[in-house]
Amino acid sequence: MVGGLFIIITSQNYLKKVVGLAIFQTAVFVFFVSLAKVLDGTAPILTKMANAYSNPLPHVLILTAIVVGVATSALGLALVLQIYKNYETIEEKEIESLELKSDK
Amino acid sequence: MNFLLINFFLISLLLVTTFFIFKTTSLISIVALTGAFTLLCSAIYVNLDAVDVAFTEAAVGSGISTILMVMAAAKLPEGKKNKLINLFPSIILAVAISLILIIIIANLPLLGDPNAPIHLHVVPEYLKESKDFFHIPNVVTNILASYRGFDTLGETIVIFTAGLGVIALLTSNTLNRKTNFKKNKKNER
Repeated sequence: MVGGLFIIITSQNYLKKVVGLAIFQTAVFVFFVSLAKVLDGTAPILTKMANAYSNPLPHVLILTAIVVGVATSALGLALVLQIYKNYETIEEKEIESLELKSDK
Repeated sequence: MNFLLINFFLISLLLVTTFFIFKTTSLISIVALTGAFTLLCSAIYVNLDAVDVAFTEAAVGSGISTILMVMAAAKLPEGKKNKLINLFPSIILAVAISLILIIIIANLPLLGDPNAPIHLHVVPEYLKESKDFFHIPNVVTNILASYRGFDTLGETIVIFTAGLGVIALLTSNTLNRKTNFKKNKKNER
């Protein structure tokens, strides 16, 4: 999780930043699902053989969150493409210098 | 014991993948590594008994999102040798956040403890009743579609909005900035 945050802050490439965001999200998902684990439990599908189930509630929340996360990263990628169309680069420093130049 | 060992192994693989994503500059290999990352995550979900989540992660997270990223990476230029920015403050921030997280995790109930607070509140009723109410053995489906149907409706709205945003962003090419920038570039030449 911290690795994802680290990538977001330190890398200059915008696509890499989007990837960092996705990693950050996925780490949080893994944390949530690990809270739902019950030792000796099985997947929450009711059968006669099992007597303990994992907690289904975090699973539901994470199902929703995964799909929303993909939608978010799709939006981010569209933004990156639009930035590339306008500036012909996706490196943060280069965009900064172009902006400074155009202000003069 | 076995379960913990597998989990530990998978999570260390995740860390290795993250490190390589951090290191590589080529866009297409970043995308491929992200696909591997999400696939590893779905293996972890299977190990943690969350089969539905593993399905979704493998299909949506590792499938659709990788396809989208490949499509984006095909249009973008090759990544340059990345000079890291803000290196020092971000190291401090990362260490501080990991310390805080470790303190929090030390206070959580143990992994797999059946008496942890989250297993005691609404979930026992869900597990007991949902079979009689909806006649579907999969409790995750029952909660997703029935008990928390409005959540899923909200999710659908979010995806719809995101889709609209993507279409609007990709089809519009009449931004002011572009014309300004192009003009400046012509003047420079």
